[in-house]
Amino acid sequence: MRTLWIIARREYSRYFTTPAAYLAAFLFLLVLGIIFYANIAATTMRSFMMPGSAPDISIIVNPMTTLLVFIVPALTMRLLAEEQRMGTIELLLTSPVRDAELIIGKWLGSFLFVATLILIALIYPVVLNQLVSPGIDWGPVITGFLGLLLMAATLTALGTAVSALFNNQIAAFVATLAFFLLLWLLGFPSQSMGGSNIWQYLDLSHHFYDTFARGIIDTRDIIYYLSGAALGLFAGTVIIETRRWR
Amino acid sequence: MTQTMIAVQGLTKTYGPRVAIDHLEFSAKKGEILGFLGPNGAGKTTTMRILTGYMPPTTGTARIAGFHVVDDSLEVRKRVGYLPETVPLYNDMSVLDYLIYMGRLRRVPKVEDRAWEVLEQVGMEDRADSFIGSLSKGMRQRVGLAQAILHRPEVLILDEPTIGLDPTQVVEVRNLIQEIGKEHTVLLSTHILAEAQQLCDRVLIINKGHIVAEDTPENLQMRLQGGTRILVTVQGPPQESLLTRLRALQGVQMVASKEDGQIEIVAEEGSEVRPQIARTVLESGHNLLEMRRAAMSLEEIFLQLIGEETATESIAEGEDEDETSTEDAEAEPTEEA
Repeated sequence: MRTLWIIARREYSRYFTTPAAYLAAFLFLLVLGIIFYANIAATTMRSFMMPGSAPDISIIVNPMTTLLVFIVPALTMRLLAEEQRMGTIELLLTSPVRDAELIIGKWLGSFLFVATLILIALIYPVVLNQLVSPGIDWGPVITGFLGLLLMAATLTALGTAVSALFNNQIAAFVATLAFFLLLWLLGFPSQSMGGSNIWQYLDLSHHFYDTFARGIIDTRDIIYYLSGAALGLFAGTVIIETRRWR
Repeated sequence: MTQTMIAVQGLTKTYGPRVAIDHLEFSAKKGEILGFLGPNGAGKTTTMRILTGYMPPTTGTARIAGFHVVDDSLEVRKRVGYLPETVPLYNDMSVLDYLIYMGRLRRVPKVEDRAWEVLEQVGMEDRADSFIGSLSKGMRQRVGLAQAILHRPEVLILDEPTIGLDPTQVVEVRNLIQEIGKEHTVLLSTHILAEAQQLCDRVLIINKGHIVAEDTPENLQMRLQGGTRILVTVQGPPQESLLTRLRALQGVQMVASKEDGQIEIVAEEGSEVRPQIARTVLESGHNLLEMRRAAMSLEEIFLQLIGEETATESIAEGEDEDETSTEDAEAEPTEEA
């Protein structure tokens, strides 16, 4: 347990020393700021014509999910691919560290960094609350951010597993992004063609927009995200273990 | 009683059809420096990776301090310090931070004090705050070594520890290894024979996954050398009469004048002919500039052994062709059983 925490802390602090992580964080917050501003400006214009309409928290929560799909691969790509390229993986795998501890530690570090970004974005609901009267409904804010954290946990875990497959960060990034987009869009064909529900159940966005974004907490969605995270960590551990056997 | 720290039995590793190491057997006692000598691709790194718990062997067992490298991998890893061939360093960390991180992973108590201690040992205390990315190759090697001894491992495994260092650094690192070898068991691989000769109590010569020789550097020399070789340098070119007189000496087997003016004399093992040689040289009117015993270098031994190996192998391969393939197939299962 302690070993896991040592690795997690190192990964977390490493994000603050690498320019790529800063760039990703900067883009994330910049895009959110632009979207927030544009939405506020648009609703302000509209409120002249339709008095009473006010922006709700979805203007900030919904774009964040999309942003996560693009930002997380950039943050997880390095985790194991870099260690494998630099040969430092040899050091970690010959230290008294279990493979699972290594993977979970790496994941926890990246998850905590993404969680930090998400929590920084809490500033927007606070600002929004000041802008509208009589204030915003905090229910969807809480469920929305909870959903975002759960989604981030899943995405970072899957990203960690994909990173373990590669020696090259760029390859890890592209593969992770492709994988996320697949998961993101899985539900679309079945929606339009009325196919089986299973695709929709596997769809990453389906578990967010229909519930968390509307202020609903459904255990099925929590289980979906948690099992996704567990699957990613398990796969990552297996990938590292099989690396040893080659 | 001296404890066996490394025990390897029937260790085999195959990568698909390629056999990297084939039924290796060796052991090392506490406080011993064991040299692993062989050409590139002989299986040195593979053996080391198995011993450090990085990868499991295909068959066979290896124990470090009594712990099985696969079944008690974590216990083994606690007791082993490892410096891989490509020194694994994080370029974005400072030297001290790196050592503290590695120390924490290995549960080193009072890790910061210990990090300073090893930094002093490798002579890097003035670069503690430098980023690893800015260090020279020799310094990186020393940081790697510091990392390997950080947790006071019982067994130290070093894969080509002096590769890419300048001569002064090589001497420094060798002294350091010798220092460490007093308390720890050290297994080091190298293809620099002089290094093995200087550092190791015992040398394993490995080629194509087999151990071709195992002995102390001195014994290896004794074993392969027919007689004592003596090199004599005289002032000016040696006259033929001198060579004839030298040949006549008791115990001298061969005298040859070499192109560079040196005289090479091969004497019988055990007979001391040097006083007579000196006298003969002076009596024949030459000035004696230098006389030394030229031991056969490990280099020559190495080439000789590797040469024998390849020769016997080609014979064996020739024999194999005569055998039917069914015999081969039958032989394999019995080997595993």
